[in-house]
Amino acid sequence: MNYDVIVVGGGHAGIEACHATSKIGYNTLLITGNIKNIGDMPCNPSIGGTSKGVIVREIDALGGLMGKIADQSILQMKMLNGSKGPAVRCLRAQADKELYPKNMQDYLGNQRNLTIKEEIVEEIIVENNVVVGVKTSNGERIDCKCLILTTGTYLKSEILRGSEKTPSGPHGEKRSNHLSDSLKKLGFNIIRLKTGTPPRIDAKTVDYTKMKEELGDPLHYSFSFDTKSTYDVDAQEKCYLIYTNEDTHRIINENLEKSSMYGGYVSGVGPRYCPSIEDKIVRFKDKEKHILFLEPQSMEKDSCYYDALYLQGFSTSMPQDVQEKMVHSLKGLEQAKILEYAYAIEYDAIDPLQVSPTLESKIIKNLFTAGQINGTSGYEEAAGQGIVAGINAANKLSGKDPLVLRRDEAYIGVLIDDLVTKGTIEPYRMLTSRAEYRLILRHDNADLRLREYGYEAGLIDENQKNALERKKENIDELKRYIREEKIKKDELDQIIPNGKTSTIYELIKRPDLEIENILNLREDLKKYGEEVLEEVIIDTKYEGYISKTYKDAEKLKRMEDKQIPEDIDYDNVANLASEARQKLENVRPRTIAQASRISGVNPADISILLVYLKKVYGKNE
Amino acid sequence: MEDTICAISTPVGVGGISIIRVSGDKSIEIVNSIFKGKNLEEVSSHTINYGHIFYDDENIDEVLVSVMKKPKTFTAEDVVEINLHGGIATTNKVLEILLNNGCRQAMPGEFTKRAFLNGRIDLVEAEAVGDVIAAENENARKLSMNQLTGKLSSLIRKIKKELLELESKIEVNIDYPEYEDLEDMTQSRVGKSLNEIKDVLEKMIEESKIGKIISSGINIAIIGRPNVGKSSLLNAFLGEEKAIVTDIEGTTRDIVEGKLNLNGMTLNFIDTAGIRETEDIVEKIGVDKSLKSIESADLVILVLDGASAISEEERNLMDRLAGKRHIIFINKSDLESSIDIKEARNAVRGNTVFPEGLDELKKKIKELFEIGEMEKKDFTYISNARQLSLIEQVKNNIESAITGIENTVPVDIVVIDIREARRNIDLLLGEVFDEELIDELFDKFCLGK
Repeated sequence: MNYDVIVVGGGHAGIEACHATSKIGYNTLLITGNIKNIGDMPCNPSIGGTSKGVIVREIDALGGLMGKIADQSILQMKMLNGSKGPAVRCLRAQADKELYPKNMQDYLGNQRNLTIKEEIVEEIIVENNVVVGVKTSNGERIDCKCLILTTGTYLKSEILRGSEKTPSGPHGEKRSNHLSDSLKKLGFNIIRLKTGTPPRIDAKTVDYTKMKEELGDPLHYSFSFDTKSTYDVDAQEKCYLIYTNEDTHRIINENLEKSSMYGGYVSGVGPRYCPSIEDKIVRFKDKEKHILFLEPQSMEKDSCYYDALYLQGFSTSMPQDVQEKMVHSLKGLEQAKILEYAYAIEYDAIDPLQVSPTLESKIIKNLFTAGQINGTSGYEEAAGQGIVAGINAANKLSGKDPLVLRRDEAYIGVLIDDLVTKGTIEPYRMLTSRAEYRLILRHDNADLRLREYGYEAGLIDENQKNALERKKENIDELKRYIREEKIKKDELDQIIPNGKTSTIYELIKRPDLEIENILNLREDLKKYGEEVLEEVIIDTKYEGYISKTYKDAEKLKRMEDKQIPEDIDYDNVANLASEARQKLENVRPRTIAQASRISGVNPADISILLVYLKKVYGKNE
Repeated sequence: MEDTICAISTPVGVGGISIIRVSGDKSIEIVNSIFKGKNLEEVSSHTINYGHIFYDDENIDEVLVSVMKKPKTFTAEDVVEINLHGGIATTNKVLEILLNNGCRQAMPGEFTKRAFLNGRIDLVEAEAVGDVIAAENENARKLSMNQLTGKLSSLIRKIKKELLELESKIEVNIDYPEYEDLEDMTQSRVGKSLNEIKDVLEKMIEESKIGKIISSGINIAIIGRPNVGKSSLLNAFLGEEKAIVTDIEGTTRDIVEGKLNLNGMTLNFIDTAGIRETEDIVEKIGVDKSLKSIESADLVILVLDGASAISEEERNLMDRLAGKRHIIFINKSDLESSIDIKEARNAVRGNTVFPEGLDELKKKIKELFEIGEMEKKDFTYISNARQLSLIEQVKNNIESAITGIENTVPVDIVVIDIREARRNIDLLLGEVFDEELIDELFDKFCLGK
């Protein structure tokens, strides 16, 4: 068998990757261990969240699937940080764990150029440092021109509960036993990472009267720029908030050495932002209580997730008997039945420093990696890499320039740049704080930032492109209108006494005026629609900050334009500090900007490098 | 467009003249904005122009300014060189003014680097360029480490810590909005913290002026009615220490009568005429000048005649000194006193007759300027100009954040200024801005899924 592209793994990264290559027109094979698990959400039942919600919008802007499928599977929707500034607003959906994979599988089932196969890949076949195919567990060889590995937590994974260690993928799925060895042989540095998931609780055994309800937002939202979400605003599911207490902490402290982590049974490095409950209690001794959420997983009656609540914040690697005690110590869960015990999972990943910003391997040509194999955590982070890997595999086949998103263009750009420049020692989660240009990386302008790239890649069609152009024209028109249209003093009296005649632009800039009141002054304003108004209001109100951010971004762009030749030998660059030399050799940055972001490479080293490049290559561009 | 950079390009010492070099697209415009003389933006290239550096209406120095337009310059950019003939203090003052007016302090070897990158230095010399950068970087590193030991450094680190804490509290609210047990960083909370930080910065800037005094000396004006013993006080100071009495005209308007080294600190005594109501025009000019020197001096010593009662004029002078660093010297302690020392704050008694007659006064001067303290610090002002400018930038960032808060800009946007402040502090400390924030988040807050 022979394909243009093979994608290994049907998780969120693999889905976006195989959708991209097949939609662009390449004959694609998706190989996955369990077809029914394509698009599965093995951990939390939500999509989006702070910064991650922006990534979902970015994927949609590029022409990916996550936002559209999530929109059809929503149990509850929230606009996070709605009371804060526009740069940090994000959507988070509680997504139905049964519906999301089902909708995704239905969609992919109809995708042209895409074949799906149930198998475990155990070996990569490489000739002259170019990938040419894979070998499956039953010995079959399948050839390809490009290979995208999105193996998630399935490489040599082990489930940990207390001292119990089971070789297995998540939830008892088959794992790949040999693929990471195959990668190691090819020269990849294999790192071992750890993550965990909390227990699932039988909803029928919970006393909700002791808990605080968390409701969805009363306004209707969608992730996608093209389609509307299908949920009913008035029939959203509830989540519940509870706290740990003294009892919980005592039980955990008494049994600490029984946990996999503290009993010394774990070798992988777990993420700091996603600690187990025992970690939280050990590290934050003074904290009397920790916040937890009970979240519904599915409302599909015949689903295994129906009536099974996800206890967010309570991930643990304790043995089952201790988990029973821990859960029962919680208010409202005294009688609760645990449907599935929490566990930690260890798995192999590759050192992302061996991955280039295009997500192609630096070691093996035409081999791309995306998602947890690159050291990240989270559905959205995986999907964001998946679509970039897919686009770049396709671009490689067609001879187009690769898509590398800059830090000022997308959270996905920040994510990939962080990975390939700084590497990671723990599963990497996106945070708004990681994005220094976040004021211009908003969820509302993801289409304006990225749709063009999606169009160039072949994932956005003419209709979508035209809609974008219209939106841009409307934004420009509205910007002109508000600068020209004056509100006379007497009209202004409705909203502010003793005001002087001003343009709408000037009024929007005023901190003391409600936007709603300004919009009521002119009927013409409303005809532009919410999306366009939102753009223009944000751009006007925060103009100073936004233009400063663009100016900073411009500086960055100039440095990004200064390429470092791939064949540079850092040993020949005299005067580099030895730490800088070693780090540069390790990361092998593509641009001066990327080099300057490596910790341990200081401005003097950058100057020396620039001088060297000029000397040897005669240019800095 | 590259930044416009500046640096002192002559060896720092007590040399006769020094040169500040400015390079970049805005070099002519920036220097012109602080220059009184010909319009530098209109003069021909490669000309030397006479004039004065002015700042805030103050005449800083008489200078010669060379204007050299690209490409025939050292860096192949527009270059301006300011030839000053003030000492270290004046040179640094001009550097500081440039830094506050749009120039950036050149990085180690940066002029050479630019010269090379712009094709002014040929390939053979390229290796040497690398050497220059590496060597200058090493020097700068040592210098900034020496400069930032002690009190200043720990103060700056403390501010950085506070900024980081503030930032992480804001960020954790953004990334974990559902955690209702986290402290909500409201605008008023953030505003309060920012104002506290601003106060500390202002104090630092104020105190750094003492640092400035240290390197250029303390200008002391001795004032008083005629015949209270001003001249004998001056002679007692100078004679006793065998100081060199000069009457060269200084760079300021005042005439330095003599210099004295007190525990390593230079005291510059400024001559003043006796102050009294007068109809004599020539004398009146002198009196006005004396009153002016009260304004410009770092320290004013008001001499009273211990043997006579305080006059109305002297009381007026004492009022004028409020808020100014000053000492009231009650002279003629060898005679019977007619003045109750409690009548005047900051008063010491003494006389110019006995050898130990000035001990109290000297002690007081040392106290006022923490001279003992400063001596240990080995202050040099050179990189202080850069430090001061960075601290002022930090203060500007904080003020901009406070303005944001006052205009109800959301805290997640205000944090941009706070982050910029932290970035400037890192520059000041010679540290590289990095992911500290993320570490702080996970160290300080309990977060998880």
